[in-house]
Amino acid sequence: MSEAPTTTKADWTSDQEPRWCPGCGDYSILTAVQLMMPEIGTAPEDTVFISGIGCAARFPYYMNTYGMHSIHGRAPAVATGMAMARPELDVWVIGGDGDMLSIGGNHLIHAMRRNVNITILLFNNQIYGLTKGQYSPTSEVGKVTKSTPMGSLDEPFNPISVALGAEATFVARTHDMDRKHMQETFKRAHAHKGSALVEIFQNCNVFNDGAFAQITKKDKRDEMLIPLVHGEPIRFGVDNEMGVISNAEGSAEIVKVADVGESALLVHDETRSDPSMAFAISRLASGPYQPTPVGVFRSVRRPEYAANATQQLAVAQDQKGPGDIHALLRSQPTWEVG
Amino acid sequence: MTDTASTPEVQELDRIVVRFAGDSGDGMQLTGERFTNASALFGNDLATLPEFPAEIRAPQGTLAGVSAFQVQVSDHDISTPGDSPNVLVAMNPAALKKELHRLEVGGTIIVNTDTFEDRNLSKAGYDHNPLETNELDNYTVFEVPMTSITKEVCKDIDGVKPRDAERSKNFFALGLLSWLYQRPLEPTTEWIAQKFAKLPQVIEANNAAFKAGHAFGETAEMFDYTYEVKPAKLAPGTYTNIAGNVALSWGLIAAGQLAKLPMFLGSYPITPASDILHELSKHKNFGIRTFQAEDEIAAVASAVGASFGGHLALTTTSGPGVALKGEAIGLAVNLELPLIVVDIQRGGPSTGLPTKTEQSDLLMAMYGRHGESPMPVIAAYSPSHCFMVAIEAARLALKYRTPVMLLSDGYIANGSEPWNLPDVSTLPDISTTFATAPNHVDEDGNEHFWPYLRDPETLARAWAVPGTPGLMHRIGGIEKEDGTGNISYDPSNHQRMTDIRSDKIAGIAKDIPATWVEGDEDADLLMLGWGSTWGAISSASKRARAAGYKVAHAHLIHINPFPSDLGDVLSRYKRVICPEMNMGQLSRLVRAEFLVDVESVTKVQGQPYTAGELYDVIIDAAG
Repeated sequence: MSEAPTTTKADWTSDQEPRWCPGCGDYSILTAVQLMMPEIGTAPEDTVFISGIGCAARFPYYMNTYGMHSIHGRAPAVATGMAMARPELDVWVIGGDGDMLSIGGNHLIHAMRRNVNITILLFNNQIYGLTKGQYSPTSEVGKVTKSTPMGSLDEPFNPISVALGAEATFVARTHDMDRKHMQETFKRAHAHKGSALVEIFQNCNVFNDGAFAQITKKDKRDEMLIPLVHGEPIRFGVDNEMGVISNAEGSAEIVKVADVGESALLVHDETRSDPSMAFAISRLASGPYQPTPVGVFRSVRRPEYAANATQQLAVAQDQKGPGDIHALLRSQPTWEVG
Repeated sequence: MTDTASTPEVQELDRIVVRFAGDSGDGMQLTGERFTNASALFGNDLATLPEFPAEIRAPQGTLAGVSAFQVQVSDHDISTPGDSPNVLVAMNPAALKKELHRLEVGGTIIVNTDTFEDRNLSKAGYDHNPLETNELDNYTVFEVPMTSITKEVCKDIDGVKPRDAERSKNFFALGLLSWLYQRPLEPTTEWIAQKFAKLPQVIEANNAAFKAGHAFGETAEMFDYTYEVKPAKLAPGTYTNIAGNVALSWGLIAAGQLAKLPMFLGSYPITPASDILHELSKHKNFGIRTFQAEDEIAAVASAVGASFGGHLALTTTSGPGVALKGEAIGLAVNLELPLIVVDIQRGGPSTGLPTKTEQSDLLMAMYGRHGESPMPVIAAYSPSHCFMVAIEAARLALKYRTPVMLLSDGYIANGSEPWNLPDVSTLPDISTTFATAPNHVDEDGNEHFWPYLRDPETLARAWAVPGTPGLMHRIGGIEKEDGTGNISYDPSNHQRMTDIRSDKIAGIAKDIPATWVEGDEDADLLMLGWGSTWGAISSASKRARAAGYKVAHAHLIHINPFPSDLGDVLSRYKRVICPEMNMGQLSRLVRAEFLVDVESVTKVQGQPYTAGELYDVIIDAAG
């Protein structure tokens, strides 16, 4: 592995021209990542981006790193193999809400419970883009699309709640309209040892334009985004007049600070070992039309899977010595024929 | 041992076939394995056929719960577990009822009479006690109260209750058979001591039962003869008794060492392939990472990821798992990365007969993927052959940067035979090289790494692993431009890439041995087989030749591509008969490829062919 190299955005940019629709939120995420990579002090050759299928999944082609555009839903599983084989590398997983929460939901939850050292960027646009506009597992109930002309019937997933339920050790949310927030969140996720999931609200301006506008537009953010800051009381609002408390039922509840007093506010602690409070916070908004928490919900330490798997090899070598095929073949009873 | 008044006469036999049968909980697999192992260490040739129900413990005493283990022990080279047993050990009425039809007429039955009471008889579907009628008159029946004698000899052992003692009755049966067939006792007593080292009272009970069984034979004056099968005249060497899945696992481990690469196994438990996951997981000191994935798809996908990372990667499964892995195998075809896919075939479709054998995944191995996605297909023909075929799978995967399908089946996976251990220094070097420097210079003199530049001989592409400075590149499932590997939707490029992928696999024919043919060169009849039918075809052919018929036997290890001389070989015979444990899959491939009128003979009963069945096929055709 190379020593903290000095790189620029150009070092992280491949010679392939992005083929997303003009105005797609994916461009701003790509730029945020390419601008951030030089700041985390790693080398392109020690970095691998792995994706599944979907618009977001084209991402690796545009990064001048090692990359694999794999098959639909399987990126977390491919990345698990890569991270186990090469624990010294930085492995990133890119996918959309259909890729990661529908066809690949199983792999996502198992990667998170194992705590494999991968950084997962989940581009959530609440729609299937590449297949031209069917509803997704994060679409709101009643979504009218080509496949649901009378409205969708499915209750959507809240990706943050799913991740917390799957024992994820790092869970965060950001959005494509705020590059600085994205970069800070990605850096935190990258620094985390274990599976880190970042949900990114991402606008699909062709099939689901403005899905998050009510909360991510510049003039709406103060009112509609609830920044989570570790160690700070949870507050938001144009004049910081709103806050979050843990109510008598253990749920998180939005209140006027003036009504409860500042000392009653919930102080955000992303390191709580019990995920219940983080889960409660994730339930504050049922969709991007209510005040919605962004930032790091949870960041806890737990043994990392690939390092432990590698450690088992070392222990086995200590106990049994290096492998010897001649001895292996004679490890059962043998007999001689003269 | 005490001398008795009437020491039975010793008869020498050239081979015996013994079938142990009892309830799933009676330990018949273990008993059979121990009898086998003692015979192996004595120097006999042998072949085994374990047969057990899919249920871990079907209702006690029922026909569904019968578990059996058949072994042929011989003083000469054999290749099957035998057609009809000479001896049936029946631990309960269900075992007798279910297995009796297999026994040769005039054969010997040894029953545990303690279980022949109303409840067990009725569970087995008997409305009477067959031991009290004349229905077994065509057999020699030895009635032995195994349970009660075992309980009696264990009654004074501290900490062994009668219920525990009863569980040792299989060792009584083993002791009796060991006496009857003059098997050495030490391998079994040593095994008991080692296996139950932490449970001294179990050692004592099992030993007591084992010795009691042996002593019973010697003193009961029930048996007129004991039998001896002399050691076989096998080629000189060091032998071990090997099961197919163990040989396959060891072959894979050896392949990693011979390739000088770390190994990665992504797998999901499935019968009858799980033993490979278990075995490889025991040998992490060889640098093998084993990953029990959340499902079959993750198992193969993780292996693809590890392969991209520069590991020798594999996934092990059975037919239903291969079906689930199909898309990811297609990805590996497109990425042109090495990957070994092991399919231990079982009866299908769907759950089918999970503990029984079949060869019905051949066409899936060949064609069971989307798009034009050729990959090498190779098959093991016997338990010990699994070792070399695993190394061959790795050689092809690494050399040609391709997924390889390795086919075995439940019969050779669980069956065992003596194996003359290879000299490790004679195993092939299958190491490969990673790209370490750019391989293309553009018009402006700039250096690039093009992942799809190829070796002109093998058509294998350059393999650069992450962590290599300057060779960063992206690969993916979308069609790519030849050379650069960049996404390309160009029509002629897709044709070109499809042709290259096809030519690359077809070209392997130049790199594999000629067709393996045995028997009479001037025969009119060729028996063509692949996989585990080898033992039965080979044995039947030998028997037919001994009876004066002319027959040749060709057995395929490489099925895609076929050996380059296969068409010529087939054309030398007037008739080609292809026995398979499917509905005629190889015969279709051969007919399509060579326009040869192959006659298909098929069997899909979850049971391997017996040599007798194929002997009849041969004499019908050659006679």
